Amino acid sequence: MEHKIIDTQEVVIRFTGDSGDGMQLTGTLFADASALYGNEISTFPDYPAEIRAPQGTVSGVSGFQVHIGATEVKTPGDYCDVLVAMNPAALKANAKWAKPGASIIIDTDSFDEKGIEKAGFTTNDPIAEMKLEDYHILAAPITSLTKESLKDSGLDNKAIIRSKNMFVLGMCYFMFNRPLHFTEEYLEKKFAKKPNLIAPNKKVLNDGYNYAHNIHAIPNTYRIEPAKQEPGVYRNINGNQATAWGLLAASEKSGRPLFCGSYPITPATVILEELAIHKSLGAKTVQCEDEISGICTAIGAAYAGNMAVTTTSGPGLSLKSEALGLAMITELPLVIVDVQRSGPSTGIPTKTEQTDLNQALYGRNGECPIMVMAARTPSHCFHSAFYAAKYAMEHMMPVILLTEGFIGNGSEPWKIPSMHDYPAINPPIIDKCEGKFKPFERDLEKYARSWALPGTPGLEHRVGGLEKNPAGAVSSDPLVHEQMVAARAEKVARVANYIPDLEIIGNQSGDVLLVGWGGTYGHLYTATKQLLADGANVGFAHFDYINPLPKNTAEVFAKFKKIIVCELNSGQFVDYLRAKHPEFKFAQLNKVQGQPFIVQEIVEAVKAL
Amino acid sequence: MKYTLQDFKSDQEVKWCPGCGDHAVLASVVRAMPEVCEELGFNKEQFVFVSGIGCSSRFPYYMNTYGFHSIHGRATAISTGVKVANPELSVWQATGDGDALAIGGNHFIHALRRNIDINIILFNNRIYGLTKGQYSPTSKLGIVTKTSPYGSIEQPFTPGQLVLGARGTFFARSLDSELKLNQEIMVQAAKHKGTSVMEMLVNCVIFNDGTHLEFSERSVREDRTIVLKHGEPMIFGKNRDKGLVLDGHKLKVVTIGENGITEKDILVHDAHTDNIGIHSLLVDMKYPEYPVALGVIRDVEEKSYEENVHNQVKEVKEKSKIQCMEDLLHSGATWTVE
Repeated sequence: MEHKIIDTQEVVIRFTGDSGDGMQLTGTLFADASALYGNEISTFPDYPAEIRAPQGTVSGVSGFQVHIGATEVKTPGDYCDVLVAMNPAALKANAKWAKPGASIIIDTDSFDEKGIEKAGFTTNDPIAEMKLEDYHILAAPITSLTKESLKDSGLDNKAIIRSKNMFVLGMCYFMFNRPLHFTEEYLEKKFAKKPNLIAPNKKVLNDGYNYAHNIHAIPNTYRIEPAKQEPGVYRNINGNQATAWGLLAASEKSGRPLFCGSYPITPATVILEELAIHKSLGAKTVQCEDEISGICTAIGAAYAGNMAVTTTSGPGLSLKSEALGLAMITELPLVIVDVQRSGPSTGIPTKTEQTDLNQALYGRNGECPIMVMAARTPSHCFHSAFYAAKYAMEHMMPVILLTEGFIGNGSEPWKIPSMHDYPAINPPIIDKCEGKFKPFERDLEKYARSWALPGTPGLEHRVGGLEKNPAGAVSSDPLVHEQMVAARAEKVARVANYIPDLEIIGNQSGDVLLVGWGGTYGHLYTATKQLLADGANVGFAHFDYINPLPKNTAEVFAKFKKIIVCELNSGQFVDYLRAKHPEFKFAQLNKVQGQPFIVQEIVEAVKAL
Repeated sequence: MKYTLQDFKSDQEVKWCPGCGDHAVLASVVRAMPEVCEELGFNKEQFVFVSGIGCSSRFPYYMNTYGFHSIHGRATAISTGVKVANPELSVWQATGDGDALAIGGNHFIHALRRNIDINIILFNNRIYGLTKGQYSPTSKLGIVTKTSPYGSIEQPFTPGQLVLGARGTFFARSLDSELKLNQEIMVQAAKHKGTSVMEMLVNCVIFNDGTHLEFSERSVREDRTIVLKHGEPMIFGKNRDKGLVLDGHKLKVVTIGENGITEKDILVHDAHTDNIGIHSLLVDMKYPEYPVALGVIRDVEEKSYEENVHNQVKEVKEKSKIQCMEDLLHSGATWTVE
């Protein structure tokens, strides 16, 4: 059979298997190889909370979706063209994500009676039971082929079986004409200290590739040409890593050493891990005894003159609430990163949501407004973290940066910026003053107070959670309190003078304005493009700054007949907008399933308005 | 620079109740600081006083140094951040038995485990004073307070045992009114690298008056307490005729000159031994069976946390190829689009 290469614009592949099958790594390697090849990519890890849920069951299925394209790719894709299902449970949990007629690669070795039963199928024919007969099923005995491939490798049976993910990766590389050398180089690096694993892994990868070539069950393979990207040096980056790097960049630009006090929590832990690596850039990380200590050590470090950071996810932000009030009233610079996950309480810890907005805006005792920002995409986390730190230090206040599990774990290619493109950060540090130092005297533009660092002679002063007068003395005078409350609020409000205007993507005025914030950017952008292509008169405005809102917000809203606010919660941002801008009517699209939007559901919601 | 106690007093009016033991501790601190400066070469601007919430946590306002009056229980975490951020600072913490051992218990034990170089003055009056008289984690079993109207049914903590349990490296105990001993302890705590806990047994005249009186009362103090000094025999009493010996696994009070006991039989205090056993016996001594141990009970040398943090940063910096952001941005796998 003549094998044909078909050029295609984009393809979505979903790798699924038992949580011990190495699907996250397989997906990451496929994504990295595609990014290095020059495609646009976007990824979405979808994994269970359990490290090893009961083997073979639906609850233990781990997935990793990769969207690669020769043109703009802004989301990990709604449905996949190729589904890899390493066991029956993976097929059961993920068949719904396969496009009609998609290719489904299954490991027939795992589709035995026991495996089928464990997955909860009632018949012995999962394909028929799930009505997948019209799909292109590629049934391959992947486990036995891996065993055969490595029978002379000297590895034990367990290690051999563990490499079956390389076999399936090899098959996918053949299907999509991917070069193998990126992954081979990765294996050489990864196993530099266990060289006996390099050759076997490479062999299985190549055998998988050759197997796919030889079986002639794949009539056509696909080629996704490198995307036309802006010239420059690129790398692949996930959102948590980008957040850590943005903070490091702010530390370099401000000259303030970075201090991070954090407690491990899914899905934010990678930020702490990443900062812990980069001690060569002066970053100090303290893995604290709890979330409260995380923020309190950071507040102490801020008082002592470091660029202070604490990273967490929703439940951790709850624990930090009281200390956030302390950072706010002492007017110390602090960045709090909340990588949102599904809640309330422990919720669904590994799933994404935008449900911490109200907590970020209001979750404190007393009058305690705090600047709130949100990142759009994995690489945008770099930019957002940098600016969160810049505003925190220059305006002397805590700043909450909201990201999400979806963008924190997701990755995309990123054109590496030059540090020259980023502005200087000038915190208002003082080393002397005339007369007695008054810690809560503020500059008249930003309303920021000065940062007097312990160790500076003559500027000894006390800060604390008790209300103070501008001179820094404890005061319970009713009018002083009211003035101080107003001044602190005014300081946050005045940040609006320093943040960029809200931009409109698509039509600059028209029938419908799509509004979003945070990690839904990619889906809303793609939906907007699709609506425009369908002839709809729409625009799209995405909020990176939530408190304060950009100054031109009302101006943008006024340009459209209808506004629809789309978010992954029950309507927290839309309610906030209603309170801030009662002169407009807002429609809303909400989803609280622990999953990102699907582009189509946005398109349909807009069309139904 | 040469300082006097006046340099460390702030202009704020001290608002503790008349007769409160905290006044005496404050007096001890402002007297100890000039000596700390002289012995360790600190300047006044290098001191940071951190506190949590409670009567004693008002402390930073009364010191003319950098200060941070934080939130309930979190002083230890704030101090940790200050010291890691800038190890050149001398960090002192004022905290109460509720602040450090109830709401802040977790931070307290973990600071000790890490051995961060901070000096914790633990004001133990065995009561919640600022909230007006509820039992605390160090209140005696059976105490009648507003929240234990029929007597407390909770066993109290012995703070020194928490310190030892967390492998703390410095523990001292004193009485509010022992100004001279307090100063000595404070200077030793300042010299100690790592977390120093100084338990100050203070009197709350309003809600728990006389809680330590059975051994702190002037006329009986010398017989009911023992001031331990490293390298010196554990002798006490008005007539310096009582001492401590080991009797099996327990300590025993003996009288010198009775039953053939001579000064040579008396234990010699070793504050520097890492062995927790004897320190634990000393910390645990309670009146009337034993004299209450005062002075520096434990002072063990070990690297401090912030020192290790900074050494690691230095080592990695020397070895790493990544020296600035541009290096980091271009590290690992990258590709060029022409």
